[in-house]
Amino acid sequence: MTEKATDERGTAPGPDERDTTSDPSGRDTAPGSSGRDTAADSSGPDAEPGSSGLDAVPVLRLDPLIDDLGTRIIVCCGAGGVGKTTTAAALGVRAAERGRRVVVLTIDPARRLAQSMGIDSLDNTPRKVTGIKGSDGGELHAMMLDMKRTFDEIVEAHADPERARAILENPFYQSLSAGFAGTQEYMAMEKLGQLRARDEWDLIVVDTPPSRSALDFLDAPKRLGSFLDGTFIKLLMAPAKVGGRAGMKFLNVGMSMMTGTLGKLLGGQFLKDVQTFVAAMDTMFGGFRTRADATYRLLQAPGTAFLVVATPERDALREAAYFVERLAAEGMPLAGLVLNRVHGSGAARLSAERARAAAENLDEGRIVDQRGGKTGRSGSPTTESEPSDLATAAATPVPEAAPTAEPAQETDVDVRHLTAGLLHLHAERMRVLAREQRTRDRFTALHPEVAVTEVAALPGDVHDLAGLRAIGDRLTTGGRPSA
Amino acid sequence: MSRLQVVSGKGGTGKTTVAAALALALATEGKRTLLVEVEGRQGIAQLFETEALPYEERKIAVAPGGGEVYALAIDAERALLDYLQMFYKLGGAGRALKKLGAIDFATTIAPGVRDVLLTGKACEAVRRREKHGGHTYDHVVMDAPPTGRITRFLNVNDEVAGLARIGPIHNQAQAVMRVLKSPETAVHLVTLLEEMPVQETADGIAELREAELPVGRVVVNMVRPHVLDEAAVRAASGDHREAIARTLASAGVTGATRLVEPLLDQAAEHARRVELERAQRAVLDGVGVPSFELPFLGDGADIAGLYRLAKELRRQGVGDA
Repeated sequence: MTEKATDERGTAPGPDERDTTSDPSGRDTAPGSSGRDTAADSSGPDAEPGSSGLDAVPVLRLDPLIDDLGTRIIVCCGAGGVGKTTTAAALGVRAAERGRRVVVLTIDPARRLAQSMGIDSLDNTPRKVTGIKGSDGGELHAMMLDMKRTFDEIVEAHADPERARAILENPFYQSLSAGFAGTQEYMAMEKLGQLRARDEWDLIVVDTPPSRSALDFLDAPKRLGSFLDGTFIKLLMAPAKVGGRAGMKFLNVGMSMMTGTLGKLLGGQFLKDVQTFVAAMDTMFGGFRTRADATYRLLQAPGTAFLVVATPERDALREAAYFVERLAAEGMPLAGLVLNRVHGSGAARLSAERARAAAENLDEGRIVDQRGGKTGRSGSPTTESEPSDLATAAATPVPEAAPTAEPAQETDVDVRHLTAGLLHLHAERMRVLAREQRTRDRFTALHPEVAVTEVAALPGDVHDLAGLRAIGDRLTTGGRPSA
Repeated sequence: MSRLQVVSGKGGTGKTTVAAALALALATEGKRTLLVEVEGRQGIAQLFETEALPYEERKIAVAPGGGEVYALAIDAERALLDYLQMFYKLGGAGRALKKLGAIDFATTIAPGVRDVLLTGKACEAVRRREKHGGHTYDHVVMDAPPTGRITRFLNVNDEVAGLARIGPIHNQAQAVMRVLKSPETAVHLVTLLEEMPVQETADGIAELREAELPVGRVVVNMVRPHVLDEAAVRAASGDHREAIARTLASAGVTGATRLVEPLLDQAAEHARRVELERAQRAVLDGVGVPSFELPFLGDGADIAGLYRLAKELRRQGVGDA
C-alpha cells in the first residue's frame, strides 16, 4: 500500500480552492521543486526549517489499498475534530465508485455529513447511498451506530423472551445501554463484528468514537473481558455459592464488607438492580466475551488496515503518535497517516519575512508611484496603524472595492493598499506553513516509517457526494495534492 | 462571573486552550483559580509544558497582575477512594475493593459513577473554604468533555440520583446538581466559524437549555483577521494585475509577475472564507448567547499565545467585578 517516494517530496498542497482551472504561470509543479522546496531555497528567516532529511517520508497510497480485495476493514482513528468521519465517508464513496461493495459505519456523524450521503438521518441499519457512480457494480451503504439499539438487539438475540424482557426493563441496564462510559466503544466493536459476520460487504470502513481517550475502543473488549473474568462479578452473581466453599471464606468476608459498603454508598435498591441484571445476563456474558475477543483478533488480521487521521496541529499529531505506538504494541496493522487540512502556497518562494517587509513598505507609503509619467510620491499612508503582523491588522479597516469611476490616483492608492493586503495575507499563510511543517517534522522524527498522505484544506464544509468525491481525490493523490 | 466555569466545545476547537486562558484571565490580582481536567488526557500539562499532573492541586502559573492558577487532573479512581475515606474512613477497605475489581467496576463500567465522581470533585473544589471562611478558589474552570457529551456528563447526577434512590451517592449527586443548575455555574461552548462546529454549538445550547443547565458564553476561537474582503479581491483580479505586479516590484519583491496569480488565488480563497465566516456568525447570532472572540494564533497555542488569549479575554470583560 505504501511505497517510498522516489523523488523529493513536493509538499506544496497548493491553495485551498476546490476547482482548479489551470496551472497558472509562476506555480512550479515540477517534481522536487514545488512550493516548500522552493521556500527552503529562498532561505528567508521565515522559510521552512529546512529539515530535508526528514522529508523522505514514505507516501501513503490509498487507491491500491481500497482496490485490494484483500482489504476488508479500514478503521479511521484519531483525535476529535480532525475529520475522521469525513475521511471514512470519502473513502467509502471512492471505494464504491471503484467497484467495491462498501458499508461505512459512522459513530456520531454531523448532520451535514449524513446529508452529504443523501441520508437525512442515519440509523442502526445500513442504508444504501444513491448517486454512486461507476460501472463496476460498486455500492455504498451507510449507517450510524445506535448503541442502545445495538445492545438491545444482542439481548434479544441471545436470551429467551422472558429473560430478555427482564434485562431490558432493568433500570441498571437501561442506564448502561443508554451510553455511559465505555458502552459506545463496546457496541462499536460489536457492530463491526456483526457487519463482518453478515458478509454482505467486501469492505467495511469504520469511524471510531469520539472517546475520552481515543484508544478506548481498543481497550473496550479487554476491559469487558477482565471485568467478566474478575472476582467481582463472580461475587455479584453468586454470593451464596462462593460463600459455601470453605476455601473461599476470606472472599465471603470481603463480599459482605463489599456489598455492605456498596449498599451504603449506592443504596440497597441500586445494588439489587445490579445483581438482578448480572444474574439475568449471566448466560450472555460468555458470548460477549467470545465476540469481543473475535473482533479484537479481526482487527489484527491482515485484511484490516488502520488509518490514523490528524491535522498538522500539535495536539492532533501528538495523539496520532500515541496511536501509532499503541497500534504497534497491539499488533494492529497500520496503513499510514492521513494528514487533513494541510495548507500550501503557490507563492511559497516569497518568504513571510520578505512579504511582510514589502507590505510594510507599502503601508507606510514609502513607495514611489510606478505609473509612467507620474513622478510624485503618493502622499499619505493608506492606513493609520502600522500592522507589524497580521493579527494586529485585524484592527485596520477593510479596504473597499475600487470604484470603477474613480480618478486614476485613487485607483493607485487602492491597488497599493490591496497589494499590501495580499502580502500580509501571504506572510500569514507562510507562518502557518512553517508551523505546520515544524509539527509534522516532530512527528516524522518520531515515526519516520509511517507513510503519510496530505489533504489540502478546503475553505468550506462538505455538503454532498461531490464534496466527498473531491476529498477522496485529495486523499489519494499520494501526498501531493495537485491544486 | 460564576464560580464554576465549564468549558466545552467540539473536538479541535481548542477548548483546553480556552479553558486555560480563562483560568489565567480570572486570576486577577490576589485571586486564585483552579483549572481542572476530567478526561485524563494531560492536556493542561502539555499546554503549560510541564510534567504530567498528579492527582493533586498544584500551582501551575502566575497570572499577569499576580493572581495564581492551580491545576488538577481529576482521576475517577482516586476520587472514589477519597470519598470512601471521607465518608467511611475506609482507606484500607478501598485497597481490598480495588483488588476485587470493585473500584474498576465502579469507575469504568457502573453507569454514571465515573462522571458523578468527576463533577463531584469539581463541585467540592468550588464549595471548599479556608479556615478564615473565604473560598479556597475564587473560580474553578473545568476543561470538560466535548459538546456532544457535555449535557449528559453534567446531568449524570440527576440520573444517578434516580438510580441510587437513597444513600450518600444519592445525596452527593443531588448536592452536585444543585451547584450545576445554579447561577454559580456557567457552561461555555467553544466553536470555530465553521459549519460543523457552529451547528454542534447550536445543538449543544438547545440541549443544555432543555436540561436547565446554565449556558454561559459562546467562545468563538481562532478568528482570523479580515484583511481583504471579497469585493476587494474581485477588484484586484480584474484588470489590475499589471498594476499589482508593478506595485509588488516597487515594494522590493523580485519576480513579481509570477507571484501575482498565486497571491490572488490565496486572496480569493481568503475572501471565500470570510464570506463563510460571516454566514456562520449570523447563525451564532441567532442562538442568542453572548460571545467572546479569540484571535487565531499563527504560531499555535504555546504559553505566550495563552497569555495573549487571557489578555484578550480580560479586555472583553473577564475578571471584571
